[in-house]
Amino acid sequence: MSIDATPSIARRGLADRVLRRGPLEAAATTIIAAGVVMLMQPLSLTLYSWSFATTLFGTVMFTIVSKVRE
Amino acid sequence: MNELSASSRITYRAVMVRPGMARRIRGLSDKTLAWLFITPTIVLLLAINIFPLLWTIYLSFTNYRANRANVPTIWLGADWYQSILTDPDIWAAMQVTAHFVIWTVVIETVLGFGLAYLIDKKFRGHGMWTTIILLPMMLSPAVVGNFWTFLYQPQIGLFNYVVAFFTGRAASSFQMLGDVTLSPWAIVIVDAWMWTPYVMLICLAGLRSIPDYIYEAAEVDRASKWRQFWSITLPMALPFIMLAVLFRGIENFKMFDMVNLLTGGGPGSTTEVASITLKRAAFESWRTGYSSAFAIILFVTVFGLANIYVKALNKVKSR
Repeated sequence: MSIDATPSIARRGLADRVLRRGPLEAAATTIIAAGVVMLMQPLSLTLYSWSFATTLFGTVMFTIVSKVRE
Repeated sequence: MNELSASSRITYRAVMVRPGMARRIRGLSDKTLAWLFITPTIVLLLAINIFPLLWTIYLSFTNYRANRANVPTIWLGADWYQSILTDPDIWAAMQVTAHFVIWTVVIETVLGFGLAYLIDKKFRGHGMWTTIILLPMMLSPAVVGNFWTFLYQPQIGLFNYVVAFFTGRAASSFQMLGDVTLSPWAIVIVDAWMWTPYVMLICLAGLRSIPDYIYEAAEVDRASKWRQFWSITLPMALPFIMLAVLFRGIENFKMFDMVNLLTGGGPGSTTEVASITLKRAAFESWRTGYSSAFAIILFVTVFGLANIYVKALNKVKSR
């Protein structure tokens, strides 16, 4: 019993730490900011090409994670 | 009303509300009434916001041209998106936008915070100076664009004469709006002139929200003014500064009217910010599908930045 219970508590602890609104929103915000920087940077056309996908991903992620519990 | 008898109260109500109407309203639940009130707003919102957005998303996947509406529309998939996101000209327009956004935001933030810091000292006549500083912000961008065009005139413009007075150069030796090097800075100067007061207002709100007892405690601890600024003023005003930076960043990213009036994107394409490129594609080349895809790219960027803005706003509100 105890052998089974310990890993599940550990898993829940990890999920509690990671799957909270704060860190997820921070990650989404970072992705949006990276997308905007990629859109306007003068260094690489490849980065510019991927900027829209990055910003869109970050925006969708932000919209979803803002519904996650605190 | 409390002094009225029961019979006179009934008579009063009968006079005020027609019986048929009263019966109808009484029959509706609170929820139905609430829906009744918000339905016109929702319909309006759907008609002028949501429907055009969905229609633009649809058009961005087609070859539709607004000047040839009778031509059958062909579904192109993500071709326009691919074309825009690999086009070096659009990339160049994004860099022009980046130059404009970065420099305006930096200048407005530094000057705005500096002015707010001075106004917060409540010197004699600070109310009058606040009003004078706020004046440019109250003007229409169309008016500002037009009169700065006159100020920048190399022959009669005041700006050239002021620069000539301080530098010794001939006033007609340079053109702010006609020179490839100077024109990007010309639009930065006008935007900074117009919107620094706005940043000042937000920073002033931040500075005035800092309680006096924190400074009093710092005085007791013999902290210098310099230390107080770095350890109290700046950290506590930072959420407000961030708010101003984000707001001005979003606004300037989609800046159109002022730049269009000042330079129209010229000379060449040196001041062609993204919104001017979009206008040219939509209403000069009539590439509606292409410009819809471009508009969606800009919309997603602004929407993403707006999410960050709202997050920053909530942080400020929770203080």
